[in-house]
Amino acid sequence: MKLTIIAYGIARDILGSNSIEYEIEDSVSHENLLENLKKTYPDFNKLTSLMIAINSEYAKKGQMISENDEVVLIPPVSGG
Amino acid sequence: MNTVTFSKEELERYSRHLIIPEFNIEGQRKLKSARVLVVGTGGLGSPLLLYLTAAGVGTIGILDFDVVDDSNLQRQVLFSVDDVGNPKVEAAKKRLVGLNPHVNFIVHNIMLTSDNALDIIKDYDLVADGTDNFPTRYLVNDACVILGKPNVYASIFRFEGQVSVFNYKGGPHYRDLFPSPPPPGLVPSCAEGGVIGVLPGIIGSLQANEVLKILSGIGDTLSGRLFLFDALTFETRTLKVHKNPETPEIKELIDYDQFCGLNLNGKANKEDVKEITVEELKALQDSKEEYQLIDVREAYEYDICNLEGELIPLGAILDSVEKIASNKKVIVHCRSGARSATAITQLERKYNFDNLYNLKGGILAWADRIDTSMAKY
Repeated sequence: MKLTIIAYGIARDILGSNSIEYEIEDSVSHENLLENLKKTYPDFNKLTSLMIAINSEYAKKGQMISENDEVVLIPPVSGG
Repeated sequence: MNTVTFSKEELERYSRHLIIPEFNIEGQRKLKSARVLVVGTGGLGSPLLLYLTAAGVGTIGILDFDVVDDSNLQRQVLFSVDDVGNPKVEAAKKRLVGLNPHVNFIVHNIMLTSDNALDIIKDYDLVADGTDNFPTRYLVNDACVILGKPNVYASIFRFEGQVSVFNYKGGPHYRDLFPSPPPPGLVPSCAEGGVIGVLPGIIGSLQANEVLKILSGIGDTLSGRLFLFDALTFETRTLKVHKNPETPEIKELIDYDQFCGLNLNGKANKEDVKEITVEELKALQDSKEEYQLIDVREAYEYDICNLEGELIPLGAILDSVEKIASNKKVIVHCRSGARSATAITQLERKYNFDNLYNLKGGILAWADRIDTSMAKY
């Protein structure tokens, strides 16, 4: 299935873009998705703190992702 | 609440608030009786303090330990050229008293630490977090959770801003969103990664608005929502966030530098890399000894100032190993010495170099101690 992944902050640098289309097997949780992303983009292994939202809502533990869902990756930022 | 009264001057000053039906004099009374602590007087602290003062919050705590620097003025609109070198809290108070003499200011010219945070924050109704580093963000969050104070949060990076309201009426807090900090050095601060000057003005103003809504009790706050703003694309997003059942209960304050992987000086715990001072590098330049100088910053930083080193940005260092000498001293430098230490660690681990030296303090130290005509950034 195809997903749209939107990235903020340092996750943007890792993906090399604000937004990508990503192909992944059907019925995966957001944890599976992150494991997959770590294989495609190894720098995600370093980013130990990353908030994931699915369709504009903070992803709950084990929450599944469906086709055409919008996944947003939000690393913490500290600037003030 | 009715014991709060206003002078003629105050009524005239706040008249535009008093005639808003939802706000009216009750809202203004709530502001006047409120005590707000603004942590950090930087990019976010500037609009926060200016608008909270102008709006008539009764007591405002101003907390910072730094002095005003030339590089602050690009975004920290609280300060003027005359303030450079002076304590930020004093410069802020001077400006704010001029803006609204009816506000009571409390100055905290100190660094917020685990030892003093609870004692300082307990006297306030609400905290607005405009700090610039992860240890203090977790400290402010945890102290607010322990004391049951709302934490109006905002944070910025380059063109991006985040705003939320934490620990308000049973809503989520910072650790529900970000249970652990990123590894040190990975997420750059404004000083390392840069920030567009107007961004904190936008984000800090949104933060001030949330503070005023909470104090006056009107509208729907950002509690349970995280607002994201991208100034470059003008895209906004408001994400629903909730309490995470796995967030551990916060019972006491901890060592936040250690929690965030920093040592006592606030620097990343560096592996033991060999170091060379700028004076030693200068002596090396003046001697006949052969050496190689590598600059691991980005090309756009090189254009601001450089030591005529060979430019190999940190991200490309492991793929450029053939350019790095193994038969003479190799001095590696960056802006402050952090990235170059990372570069050396990576090279030593992967390729077993033993001739790499980190320029201590980076090009900033060079500009301070060897070539004072060089621009610092």
